[in-house]
Amino acid sequence: MSTLYQQPAVGERPTYLNVDYGWKSWLFTTDHKRIALLYLFSITAFFAVGGSFAVMMRLNLVSPEGLLFNADTYNKLFTMHGIIMVFFFLVPSIPAVLGNFLIPIMIGARDLAFPRINLLSWYLYMIGGILAVTAVVQGGVDTGWTFYAPFSTTYSNTHVILTAVGVFVAGFSSILTGLNFIITIHKMRAPGMTWSRLPLFVWSHYATAIIQVLGTPVVAITLVLLGLERVFHAGIFDPADGGDPILFQHLFWFYSHPAVYIMILPGMGVISELVPCFSRKAIFGYSFVAYSSMAIAVVGFLVWGHHLFVSGQSLYLGTVFSFLSFVVAVPSAIKVFNWTATMYKGSITFETPMLYAFGFIGLFTIGGLTGLFLATMAVDVHLTDTYFVVAHFHYVMVGGMVMAYLGGIHFWFPKITGRMYPEGWAKFAALIVFVGFNLTFFPQFILGYLGAPRRYATYAPEFQVLNVMSSAGASILGIGYIIPLVYLTWAWMRGPKAPQNPWGAKGLEWEQSPTPPPTDNFEHQPIVTEDAYNYAGEEATLDR
Amino acid sequence: MGGLSIFPPRASAMAGELDALYTFLLVVSATMTALIFFLVFFFAVKYRRRSPNDPMPKPIHSSIPLEIIWTVIPFGFMLIMFAWGTKMYYNEYTPPTANTLDIYVTGKQWMWKVQYPGGQREINELHVPTGQSVKLTLASEDVIHSFFIPAFRIKHDVVPGHFETFWFQPTLPGRYHLFCAEYCGTNHSRMGGWVTVMEPAAYETWLSGGATGGSMAQQGEKLFEQYGCVTCHVLDQKGRCPSLRNVFGHAVQLDDGRTVIADEAYLRESILNPNAKVVAGYQRDVMPNFQGQISEEQLLQLIVYIKSLSNPAAQPTGGQPATNAAAVKGVTP
Repeated sequence: MSTLYQQPAVGERPTYLNVDYGWKSWLFTTDHKRIALLYLFSITAFFAVGGSFAVMMRLNLVSPEGLLFNADTYNKLFTMHGIIMVFFFLVPSIPAVLGNFLIPIMIGARDLAFPRINLLSWYLYMIGGILAVTAVVQGGVDTGWTFYAPFSTTYSNTHVILTAVGVFVAGFSSILTGLNFIITIHKMRAPGMTWSRLPLFVWSHYATAIIQVLGTPVVAITLVLLGLERVFHAGIFDPADGGDPILFQHLFWFYSHPAVYIMILPGMGVISELVPCFSRKAIFGYSFVAYSSMAIAVVGFLVWGHHLFVSGQSLYLGTVFSFLSFVVAVPSAIKVFNWTATMYKGSITFETPMLYAFGFIGLFTIGGLTGLFLATMAVDVHLTDTYFVVAHFHYVMVGGMVMAYLGGIHFWFPKITGRMYPEGWAKFAALIVFVGFNLTFFPQFILGYLGAPRRYATYAPEFQVLNVMSSAGASILGIGYIIPLVYLTWAWMRGPKAPQNPWGAKGLEWEQSPTPPPTDNFEHQPIVTEDAYNYAGEEATLDR
Repeated sequence: MGGLSIFPPRASAMAGELDALYTFLLVVSATMTALIFFLVFFFAVKYRRRSPNDPMPKPIHSSIPLEIIWTVIPFGFMLIMFAWGTKMYYNEYTPPTANTLDIYVTGKQWMWKVQYPGGQREINELHVPTGQSVKLTLASEDVIHSFFIPAFRIKHDVVPGHFETFWFQPTLPGRYHLFCAEYCGTNHSRMGGWVTVMEPAAYETWLSGGATGGSMAQQGEKLFEQYGCVTCHVLDQKGRCPSLRNVFGHAVQLDDGRTVIADEAYLRESILNPNAKVVAGYQRDVMPNFQGQISEEQLLQLIVYIKSLSNPAAQPTGGQPATNAAAVKGVTP
């Protein structure tokens, strides 16, 4: 990253990258763009750690009896894979990197509302992450990322408390980021940037931030109760002390189901930017796409009980949760149809970000539809806790969210770095990721219906063929992730200089903010006079 | 096993219908996926930008009819899934009230202990006859487990502190996997075994080979004496504690005015924590807490014994004893 430390040459325009140098200018920065880069580097590191755990798991599963590790090690691998990927990659990924970088620029602000709190968020995230990694180094934790009681409170002999403290602290990072986004979006929009002109990326982050602020405190409370139970036997979750383990599941999923929308909504926001740009056409059904994000945020709080269909939960309660789980699928379907309709009569090109958008639409469709199988209670009774569930949420989280993240990183790479990435390598890597992903996770749907339970260190021999296919896919997928890491690093240092707006995209970040932006984002106060995605150059309308 | 089949063996009465529901879901999902894939692919090819000088396309902002169509039609299919899935779910988790073969399962790290009413016991094996409705009552000694038989398309969590029940009707003789589906610690993946489905005649032969030490009810009766329950819960006359004759399945008047049905959960709570719900007319703090003093298996034996006291066949001739009349109201035997 030698370019990060160069002072501007004589006559060169100062940007947020060259305005200052030295480690202090990064670790004590309050510039949302620099904080976004701090997040970018740290979540990339966590993704690498979490991903390497996944590769070890898949290697172990090549043999029914376990190729490399004993059961305890395997159990720790899937636990740490889940914890790191959920709390230290997926939750912060798009919001803390792209959201942090782009939301102020997209709405025409100089920074987030609370720049110092933004930096505090990153420190909290790092402290949480370091605590979790310390738990790994000390021997790991084996409760599953779901920390179900009473296994986590009474029976596990691993570093449950240390890990829970790590997740607890990182949760505050998420709350503060959400709070910062909500206030920024409400109070700091440029003149003319009405709610109906907000880019959909901003709308989806607004919905995400609401969930972060309302949901995350509940998981924090749950983890505190878990600690009280484990250390002092408070009698909350362990029936031996008068508690009820089902209470833990209700509390845990009250956050953790909405949390999957924290993870996917920002990805939907990215896709809502990519599809119009590369179709050169305004988004179809702007308000439907915007309000569907809000609908997901609201209804998403009312479906947690679908994780408890086989727990002994009352049948009537299950019925309500099942119905609401179908309801929450509707706004996601609306988005997919509107993205598809946006392409109709467009003028479509196939740069790498658009390839990732296609990947997202296809894989998210499969991930969403397989969610309907799990909302159907009788089918869930057979499928829950099998590989079908693993396949389902990886289609949403990896097929959806990670695809959107990579698409977004490629799309805004010129904006962030001022340089272009190599298009040929990038398209090749996108193809490898798509193939590797499907080979990894599609066989797991079949495994699941055949009855293969998840979280198994060893398995019945008849499941070997599908497991080997999945492991082969995982190694391809791993390569697919390493290639972009290499060429993007190269491009950041040596890539050709990017023009101001390489995609011909609409939006303040491309049209009114220099590439890469200066510390204050704009040279003049931006004024918004047109709707978002106005690719055809239409007359402005204040209200559709 | 079944070659390339995407279905596990169908060995219970509901497996066929569940596979039908699953196939319905598959067809709807595959059609929807194919539609989206086709449209994306078709639009991408037909509306690709052919030259950098192509004019910018005219925007199409929205279409209310289209939005309504692609909201309502998918939701209509979802309602079918919801209704069908809910109907089957209620069926799976509501055991028939009569003529079931009751089998009791205790999960502990990392094995399944199975007790039959006749007193036979097994570990990691379950034997059931075809054509018979089998009701399982599940208990856990430690953490949450989940009892999963893919060939029957059914599972249920086994939650410490609760009894859980579900039922199935085996149809096809054979040997099928039994798994623990809820992660429960180190040897979770080895906490499994086999379910053997047998023809009724073969099942009777198998049963007659295994019983030692009396039926579950007899074992429960022994515990009832061993733990001293019998000194206060005197049968058929007024003791310091209520008689347990004809209590199971009947309404019980509590000292705080509430009425509860004396089911497995109530009996369980009253053994482990007797002061939680005291029968009207009896004193608190007479009976010690048995929380932590008694294993789940013994608890199940005691409950089977108490159930047997309400079995019409086991009732003494001469009608209900007077002591029960105080405790039991609104009885419809």
